[in-house]
Amino acid sequence: MYGHGPSLVRAVDDVDLEVSAGETVSVMGPSGCGKSTLLYLLGGLERASAGEIQLAGERVDRLSQARWARLRRYAIGFVFQAFHLVDELTAVENVELPALLAGAAPRRARQRAADLLDRVGMADRARHLPAQLSGGQKQRVAVARALVNEPLLVLADEPTGNLDTAAATDVLRLFAHLRSAGQTLVIVTHDSRVAATADRLMSMRDGAIVDQTRLGPRPSTMDNLVASVGLEEAP
Amino acid sequence: MQDVVLALLAKGPSYGYELRQRLLTALGPLGSAVNAGQVYVTLGRLERGGLVESTEVGQAYRPDRRVYELTAAGHERVATWVAEVDWPKPAPAEFHLKLTAVATASLADPVAVADSQRRELMRRLRDVEQALLAESPQSAASLLLEGTVLHLQAGIRWLELCAEHWGKRKASR
Repeated sequence: MYGHGPSLVRAVDDVDLEVSAGETVSVMGPSGCGKSTLLYLLGGLERASAGEIQLAGERVDRLSQARWARLRRYAIGFVFQAFHLVDELTAVENVELPALLAGAAPRRARQRAADLLDRVGMADRARHLPAQLSGGQKQRVAVARALVNEPLLVLADEPTGNLDTAAATDVLRLFAHLRSAGQTLVIVTHDSRVAATADRLMSMRDGAIVDQTRLGPRPSTMDNLVASVGLEEAP
Repeated sequence: MQDVVLALLAKGPSYGYELRQRLLTALGPLGSAVNAGQVYVTLGRLERGGLVESTEVGQAYRPDRRVYELTAAGHERVATWVAEVDWPKPAPAEFHLKLTAVATASLADPVAVADSQRRELMRRLRDVEQALLAESPQSAASLLLEGTVLHLQAGIRWLELCAEHWGKRKASR
């Protein structure tokens, strides 16, 4: 719930979500179910009218705007549907920006940004402006930027929402790598493919979590695969 | 499987081992689903049905091997199979009727039934996706996995609509 008085919006109500360090969780649900609001509450971009949010054991929901801004800078990385890159900065400058804002030495920030661009397969586009990049490339830059300050938590809002299938697959591969690297990650999406990269899936409807399940890892993946592709009926 | 083995023989006479290798290439990580016996059993059936014929061919330093080729009837059946526009049956009708029955007879909450089905498809999607991400994008098997992903996604989307529909019915009662 956020807002107050007559403008109080119950976008998210009675949601209890705990994410362990190193876990990836995806939240799925139809448009307007409150999943984006939930993400904004976790990142301090919206204020809840009631309830409690803890990050690494510390209560953060009562922090001032300024403290939230600091926390976001150091501890939380964001990936948005619309990328939100700075148009006037090159890819590598976009990635290093949060590091510079957090006080990193320019040379170190540049090195870290270059390493991350390499990790997301964008090393050869480091000097390109966002306008010279495809949607999938922009999102890979945005993922690198989200990681530059080695955040405790990455929050992704419809990361494949603006991408075609091939570009979405690149981003998917990236999230799968983040999962194996032990990055704590919450992805809000209605794209079942991205959601399926997570360890745990939560489903939201009308502001509440209605269902949750562990997706993996599963034993005997190959047997499951055989059934899924339709080979099990072979004589 | 019979049609597949017949079609593999359309290129020219071949033997069991080679046919199995071609299947493995097309299936990539899923090749393990086709055991060696299956190809030989299928070839035997096809021969009894008059669609293929075989001859024993001697090899210098190895046991003889049996080379199979299509008969005229076999060629005809391959042509028919290729021209067919049949498609594997999708499951919606049965599941739709299940939800209807569940709701009508109050056997269970139809939303919960749809949700548990959706969970299962999500788990399968994860399995297929992991295999897909491990494949090179150019491999034939990745195309098969891509098709499976699209199929599962459609199922998941539809189950969301089912949950929405039955959820509304419940709320308005």
